[in-house]
Amino acid sequence: MFTLIQIELYKIFNRPRTYIAFIAIAALTIIVQLGLKVDGKEYADFVMADLKNTFSIDGKIINGYFVCYVLLQLLLVHVPLLIALIAADMISGEANIGTLRLLLTKPISRVQFIIAKFIATCIYTVALLIWLAILGLLLSIFIFGTGDLLLLKNNYVVQLQQNDIFWRYTGAFLFAAIAMITVAAVGFFLSLFAENSIGPIVATMSIIIVCTILSTMSLPLFNLIKPYLFTTHLVTWKEFFDIKINNQNETIAGSIQNPAKIINSLTVLIAHIIILISITIFIFKKKDILS
Amino acid sequence: MKKLGFLFLILLCFQSIVFSQDATTLLNKVKAKINLVNDYTATGKMKTDITFIKAPIGKVTVYFKKPNKFKLKKENGISILPKGGVSINIGAIINVEDFDIIDSGEEIIDNTITRKIILLPKNETNDVALSTMYIDAEKLLVKKVVTTTKENGTYQILISYGNYSQYGLPDKVVFGFNTKDYKMPKGITMEFDDEGKKEMREKMKNKKGKVEIMYNTYIINKGINDAIFN
Amino acid sequence: MNEIIKVTNLTKQFKQITAVNNLSFNVNSGDVYGFLGQNGAGKSTTIRMLLTLIQPTNGSIEIFGLPLQNNRNEILKNIGAVIEKPDVYKYLSAYDNLKLFARLNGTRPTHHQLMQQLEIVGLANRAKDKVATFSQGMKQRVGIAIALIHQPQLIILDEPTNGLDPQGIADIRNLIIKLSKEHGKTILISSHLLSEIEQIATRILIIDKGKKIIEDTATALFNPSQTIVEIETTNNEFALQQLQKSKWLTSIQQHTTNTITFKLDKSQIPTLNSNLVEMQIQLISIKPRHSLEDYFLRVTTAN
Repeated sequence: MFTLIQIELYKIFNRPRTYIAFIAIAALTIIVQLGLKVDGKEYADFVMADLKNTFSIDGKIINGYFVCYVLLQLLLVHVPLLIALIAADMISGEANIGTLRLLLTKPISRVQFIIAKFIATCIYTVALLIWLAILGLLLSIFIFGTGDLLLLKNNYVVQLQQNDIFWRYTGAFLFAAIAMITVAAVGFFLSLFAENSIGPIVATMSIIIVCTILSTMSLPLFNLIKPYLFTTHLVTWKEFFDIKINNQNETIAGSIQNPAKIINSLTVLIAHIIILISITIFIFKKKDILS
Repeated sequence: MKKLGFLFLILLCFQSIVFSQDATTLLNKVKAKINLVNDYTATGKMKTDITFIKAPIGKVTVYFKKPNKFKLKKENGISILPKGGVSINIGAIINVEDFDIIDSGEEIIDNTITRKIILLPKNETNDVALSTMYIDAEKLLVKKVVTTTKENGTYQILISYGNYSQYGLPDKVVFGFNTKDYKMPKGITMEFDDEGKKEMREKMKNKKGKVEIMYNTYIINKGINDAIFN
Repeated sequence: MNEIIKVTNLTKQFKQITAVNNLSFNVNSGDVYGFLGQNGAGKSTTIRMLLTLIQPTNGSIEIFGLPLQNNRNEILKNIGAVIEKPDVYKYLSAYDNLKLFARLNGTRPTHHQLMQQLEIVGLANRAKDKVATFSQGMKQRVGIAIALIHQPQLIILDEPTNGLDPQGIADIRNLIIKLSKEHGKTILISSHLLSEIEQIATRILIIDKGKKIIEDTATALFNPSQTIVEIETTNNEFALQQLQKSKWLTSIQQHTTNTITFKLDKSQIPTLNSNLVEMQIQLISIKPRHSLEDYFLRVTTAN
């Protein structure tokens, strides 16, 4: 099994396509960092315009933690597309180039084969997030320093103290890993049904886009299905950055406003992963390889 | 009877004049006391109690230099203060030349009898529309100020004194103010999920805000570099 | 004779189409087993069932004396296969491809062994080049190297010469002969061209529309008494008139406006030739071929 995973990773990381995602993340991250480095104050003023009517806000609003939050907000919408690029290609890509039939005549059970492939996909996904963490969090801290994190929510403002933030990012990235693995599972599942990689990649991206639209539109009809859409739960990492308050309206360091929401999202996402991969295994086990 | 009435009226007027003069004197005395402090650096804690802001208690350093330089700093942190509220210092308000002063009797604040004095700006362009001060005449300490401004609404300052009362410097200042509604467009916050927050939103309709500063130590009249205030 | 492959009543149904229909055959140890049929006759489907790529609808497969269904991995360990186009990872070198697939077989060949294998297929000098830069024939040879690297007992080649130039076809033919004669491998090779198989196969199976047409040893099938001779003359009408009177009349199979076809023993060809000259029939060409070829063509081009 270990050998199999190794081989899958070897294949993934020997392909130029794999690095598109890493380069894309690096490019986006650096562009945003550069932009905020140059025009950070203007950006903060713009975002805080409403608040600044009533309040004078003083301090280092644009710090590494804030930049990372902005980056995650922007990038975690697009990272699924980058993951689809690899995940949706895992089986269909091999069918396309014709190696699938050769692989499956090797003395390895199909279940093992598919699990190894999925684990390799997960490792790729996690590697991508680690890359994002290095650039988005560590590089941002290096460039902008640390400080309190001031976040504007729809209905309230959250201020987190700088020593109460890093663990939240750890949690957020771990959550994002599960969320992105769910996306990978969707792509992986779809890659089962095609003999070219474009179809499943486009299909995965379309599903993500359509579901995201359903998740973000507040229409009563959509609200019924929202809790079951995986895209609704992809953004739950933000819950790590909401904090409880005591009856004096002071924040309680180290608390999360709504941990149940995180657990609920994790449950839905993990259920998606398990169901999708089980179906994938079930179908693949019996599938006639005609490519 | 008519005479008596007239006398009473005179007495009333006289009393009023005497009181009024007394109020000005009192204000001048308070101001004189405050003026003893040329500058100070104070450390303390700040608590922001605004329904729609979840903020931690933070350590702050406050710098003041005569006549009206004021700066509140949160080390590495972010401070959210009501506009115009906290930075207004009492010394600046007590400007007898610019205000008409009306003595409004006495009122009890914190178990202390205080003189209630209303200040009306003489100049129409002044941002302050009306300011009411409650002064502990005996100790020459301002206990409460309610100011209505044209731009930033009404705010109230409650002041408690302790170790530094001889300088007229407070231990605790509570700024109370009204806030506007807070609502951010989803496009900016990038949060699309409103579910389950109705209660919270209701709670947040309470538009009274409060910022408390609790001072621990003061360093008085040791000189401060002007650069700090920029 | 040891049975390496034993296929019994094998059937594969794809929705409406029966790709393989009740097919039974045996491949014995040491055979070069020619598996013939037109494109779409069911050869690939059968081979894919042998390699567990496709699940049979019905019937049983035994390889090395074991039921395939229950002993999949054990059996596959001893099979090397090239299935149609030999597609490998184009972004990897020949060497890396070979190493990767060897590891999937559970073997870890040494550098020397890998290079030796590439030497056998004539790719040693291109070992480190990416397969993307290879010609079709070279890719085919990479595929064959992959099929052989784990020293399998049974080699299955599905249309291994598709898309190759004549030199490539000859190379592969020679390699198969070598593997069979020198290394004692059992080889199953499929093709839609009889000419490709006839020179190397020891036994031949012909299928059409998923059904067995004939299965026999090459010697039996290529019986010389079944030789077809086709002649082309300057004047067929005249030639036919002459032949009416000769003893060859019974041997005539058919005639068209410019060809006449005989069926006779190979040894009679010289006599036929001199007789034709005697009868003053002017020959443009005289072409002998085996009747199996005719048969195969007829069977497989009927649709």
